Amino acid sequence: MPNLEVNIHNLILKNPVMTASGTFGYGQDFGDFYDVSKLGGIVTKAVSKEPRQGNFYPRMAETTSGMLNAVGLQNKGIDNFESVIYPELKKINTNIIINVAGHTVEDYVYVCERLNQLDHVHAIELNISCPNVKDGMAFGTSCPSATALTIAVRKVYHKTLIVKLSPNVTSIAEIAKAVEDGGADALSLINTLLGMAIDAEKRKTVLSTAMGGLSGPAIKPVALRMVYQASRAVSIPVIGIGGIMNGIDAVEFLLAGASAVQVGTANFINPNAALETITGIEDYLNRHSINDVNELIGML
Amino acid sequence: MNYPVKHLKMKNLPMAKVTHDLQLIENRQLNPAYHLLIFKSSVAIPEVFPGQFAELLTPDSAATFLRRPFSIYNADYQLNTIQFIVKIVGNGTKKLCQLSTGAIVNIIYPLGKGFSISEGKSLIVGGGVGIAPMYLLSKWLTTNNREFDILLGGRTEADIINVKEFSEYGELDITTENGKLGQKGLITTHPWLKDPGSVYSRIYTCGPEAMMRAVARIAIASQISCEVSLENTMACGFGVCLCCVVATDKGNLCVCTDGPVFNINNLKGWD
Ligand SMILES: Cc1cc2nc3c(=O)[nH]c(=O)nc-3n(C[C@H](O)[C@H](O)[C@H](O)COP(=O)(O)OP(=O)(O)OC[C@H]3O[C@@H](n4cnc5c(N)ncnc54)[C@H](O)[C@@H]3O)c2cc1C
Ligand SMILES: Cc1cc2nc3c(=O)[nH]c(=O)nc-3n(C[C@H](O)[C@H](O)[C@H](O)COP(=O)(O)O)c2cc1C
Ligand code: FES
Repeated sequence: MPNLEVNIHNLILKNPVMTASGTFGYGQDFGDFYDVSKLGGIVTKAVSKEPRQGNFYPRMAETTSGMLNAVGLQNKGIDNFESVIYPELKKINTNIIINVAGHTVEDYVYVCERLNQLDHVHAIELNISCPNVKDGMAFGTSCPSATALTIAVRKVYHKTLIVKLSPNVTSIAEIAKAVEDGGADALSLINTLLGMAIDAEKRKTVLSTAMGGLSGPAIKPVALRMVYQASRAVSIPVIGIGGIMNGIDAVEFLLAGASAVQVGTANFINPNAALETITGIEDYLNRHSINDVNELIGML
Repeated sequence: MNYPVKHLKMKNLPMAKVTHDLQLIENRQLNPAYHLLIFKSSVAIPEVFPGQFAELLTPDSAATFLRRPFSIYNADYQLNTIQFIVKIVGNGTKKLCQLSTGAIVNIIYPLGKGFSISEGKSLIVGGGVGIAPMYLLSKWLTTNNREFDILLGGRTEADIINVKEFSEYGELDITTENGKLGQKGLITTHPWLKDPGSVYSRIYTCGPEAMMRAVARIAIASQISCEVSLENTMACGFGVCLCCVVATDKGNLCVCTDGPVFNINNLKGWD
């Protein structure tokens, strides 16, 4: 049996496979399919300060080897999270990572401060793809705003701080560096790529918001490239995300420089995808007589 | 073909969902657009309730990426088979209807919350492929000794299928817009929907949204309850992506887990 354990800063993952935010709910819905405690970690749907209703319908468009979503960070807010969702998460015996969204630096700081108090929250993942109400630009698309947000959260959050990068930038390496300078313990990437779908017959955009986030195997080559660039630009661990459907896809991300991975859209098509990704990595290691998954990281 | 009716519980409780490889044992073309697909499970099938649905994964299809949702048309607990009525509208449905018997299809089911039992006599209104969840509903109401009538409507005679199966369970009438079968006109012009409050205490409806909205308005005007089975674009089908919401009095709820069946009183913009 090869070793599958990896570390992300202080976090010990029993295997490098987590689930991506927004594709796994808060873990409960998958309990019918398998024991989710077998995962290296679970990243929850975004939690914000106030409840959010999200965008109007239609929120989804299928595309070639992928999908666009315009969910809009729908969630019930931090109060509901603490009183209703957190007690359920405590029953899950693996790393619980809370994805945090906000429109102002103060929103993020408020939520992270509250999460810092919760024992069974092992890490947070800052979603910096959210638009900033002050200038309308996403926090994650300019280096100064990404650094400032990371510094502000770092002050109040003392466990593992992961910052999730948006791919909708000109230089992923520069943003990665800016976030590392702000004090992040790890990076995760990529979030969805901004895209669009048009119904030619109806001459209308398919999504209510016109534009939405592209995910699935269609974005894997872009994600691999960005993980490759970001992991070379920083010395903190990188978590690879984007179109992972199986163990081999995950191995590709490890080789590109990721220390762990997240499985997202694949969960919709195959509810056992994350679990099968773990066994897929194990099979790969056995086939290549590698006895520690850590040997794969950046081994190109 | 008649299938034995298993004891169906009164209360429609959510069951644990499963993901199974099922084998297609019959692909019956009902007419150019509609197919009846019968799948057999190698293990006992979970109990399914009327209005619940399944997510089917089209095998080896580059043309479709996500699963496709279909209402469960019928279930047989002795033979461990479940049935779907599929109308061909695009690549996914076309591919499914082209499958040969023996094909293996991965299916997640049962999903969603179905219809609830009514007191008194009810009216089932199904338009086009919206009849799909109504067969199991007819069986369920019959098992629970409820009286009901069935109204099936479509644009043409090609949209009216499996009349014989339905008529075994209740009094049935048909409308088509071209008048080739049953009464001519929109389903909402049928006499049973003139003053439904005088006969029925509840309407169950599934079909095109415009039809369901028209039926809902009639139910409201006659002050009777009305359950609608909604459609929506779904990525997962089991409550994790939040792509399939509908506006309700409790905020945005998922059609896949809080529905697909809703009481119109709880829906926003349905009055
Ligand atoms: C809960 C639920 C139960 C359903 N039950 C049945 C059923 O029993 N039998 C059946 O035949 N169909 C049913 N449908 C609809 C079925 O899921 C769609 O027809 C199917 O997903 C279309 O796939 P496709 O690849 O063939 O079409 P696509 O290529 O995806 O689309 C082709 C065309 O169909 C339209 N379309 C796609 N999906 C839907 C949808 N969900 N509603 C309305 N229009 C759509 C598209 O806008 C497009 O114009 C159900 C849908 C839901 C949400
Ligand atoms: C329906 C949906 C909802 C998502 N919601 C969030 C979210 O709330 N926060 C976040 O940081 N990322 C969110 N994402 C992005 C994913 O976590 C992931 O970064 C992206 O989908 C790429 O991975 P994939 O191709 O494996 O899905 C969402 C993605 C999808 C498809
Ligand atoms: S389809 Fe994913 S939540 Fe309903």
